[in-house]
Amino acid sequence: MGEVSFVDVSKRFSLRVDGELHHVQALDRVSFTVRDGEIVALIGPSGCGKTTALRVAMGLDPASGGRVTVDGREVQGCGHDRGMVFQHAELLPWLSAMQNVMFGLEMKGMRGAPLRETAQKYLDLVGLASSQNRRPHQLSGGMKQRVGIARALAIDPKVLLMDEPFGALDAQTRESMQAELLEIHARTKKTILFVTHDLDEAVMIADRIVVMHEGRVQEIVDVPLTRPRADLSIVRGLPEFNDTRYKIWRMLHATQTVH
Amino acid sequence: MVDVAQNQSKTAAPPDPAERRPLPRWAITLASVVCVLVLWEIFGRQINPVFGSYPSAIAVAFWELLRSGELWSALAESLQPFFVGYGLAIVIGVPVGLVIGRFRTAEAALGIYVTAGYAMPLVALVPLLILWLGLGFKVKVAVVFLMSLFPICINTWLGVTAVPKTLIEVGKSFVASDVVILRRIILPATLPYIMAGIRLAVGRAVVAMVIAEFFTTISGLGAVIINSANNFDTATMFVPIIILMLMAVGLNGLIGWVEHRVAPWQAEIAGRDRE
Repeated sequence: MGEVSFVDVSKRFSLRVDGELHHVQALDRVSFTVRDGEIVALIGPSGCGKTTALRVAMGLDPASGGRVTVDGREVQGCGHDRGMVFQHAELLPWLSAMQNVMFGLEMKGMRGAPLRETAQKYLDLVGLASSQNRRPHQLSGGMKQRVGIARALAIDPKVLLMDEPFGALDAQTRESMQAELLEIHARTKKTILFVTHDLDEAVMIADRIVVMHEGRVQEIVDVPLTRPRADLSIVRGLPEFNDTRYKIWRMLHATQTVH
Repeated sequence: MVDVAQNQSKTAAPPDPAERRPLPRWAITLASVVCVLVLWEIFGRQINPVFGSYPSAIAVAFWELLRSGELWSALAESLQPFFVGYGLAIVIGVPVGLVIGRFRTAEAALGIYVTAGYAMPLVALVPLLILWLGLGFKVKVAVVFLMSLFPICINTWLGVTAVPKTLIEVGKSFVASDVVILRRIILPATLPYIMAGIRLAVGRAVVAMVIAEFFTTISGLGAVIINSANNFDTATMFVPIIILMLMAVGLNGLIGWVEHRVAPWQAEIAGRDRE
């Protein structure tokens, strides 16, 4: 099981700009549910609150109002039921790929032989078995993020939370990582909530897309594409793909031209 | 075809001058030292031996000190308190710096003493320390400790504040405790700063040791300096000075080596690992 619910989640920030105190309503009564095994994308222009929503779900930032639940249990701080994949992977630079994956597991209390075996298993899953002893600076951007995904998956969370995981990668690497994520999802059946600003990526990967604007949920769009979507080149040619993409593009565009 | 021909002629020809290996670092340093010594010898000989000295005279004085056993006992008298004081400064300065950098309350409560202590005119306090601790081992340890503690502490503190927030969030996301975050994320991320602080402290610790011995003047290399200066024996005076400088250079190299062992990723990231 792994169902994430946002119930009326609000988040206010106060920040001082040139000596003046500003209040920012980053999230305004956000409600939606990610069903078990589902992939949901949070999309919207920068500053719309999508990353804040993810951080609240992870427990890195507390909500100012409302609550996030995972399988009915209210989120209070970080927990092993959620695995976070960071925007720039954020691997610990002094540890090898293997040790980075082991770090998460050790924090979960795993010791001895199972520790290495589990880390190995997840490095295999992301296709990095041959580079396991390299340190982060010896890995390419895509490989780093694979380690980041392995580290999050290894603790066997109910939900994978991903913050623009492929945003910093070049176009080709990004596409192969998207295909790989779909494959990993097919194998692990994890619930995934991921933040992106890339419309194609959202449509390609997600079952549903939550379009956000100025801290509010503007619309929740179903993606009418069946799984598996193994061959991305075929998916891209489907009319459903292009229709959904166009539909959301217009939503984003309509709100953006207001500015 | 042209490419192939060019490649072949390249491999057959003697190595391109541009591809020749550059002089190793140690060779350049050695050449530089030899030049300075030669110049010093030439010009030093023209000066009245009370006002200056030169390498060969210093070497003779060194041999005299060595033979009489004075040098060994002075070295032992100096190095024991040096390493105790310097070691204590590392053992205490690093954890204190980590805690000050990590916790707001500790920073607000203790940071001011560390910043002020760094600028403390220690020389002025040595007479007072002598009143408290006497003229021997203890006062030397105290002076060396106080001089080297603050650079180590401040550097560690600054290092902690420079740790990227996201790395700490990685720890939090995996539910690491504060202690685990401090030990397994902040400490390694701060290591380059800590090592820089320890390096900076070497010079200060050496100076501190000599200052302490100037005031006590009964033992150690500092006493050798003061006593030979009072006897207008300038060549002998230079012996401990040069030994101390060489010691600082040696310690610096040793610390660099240790840094490379405990934080190899740092040199790799900076691209310094091939030298």
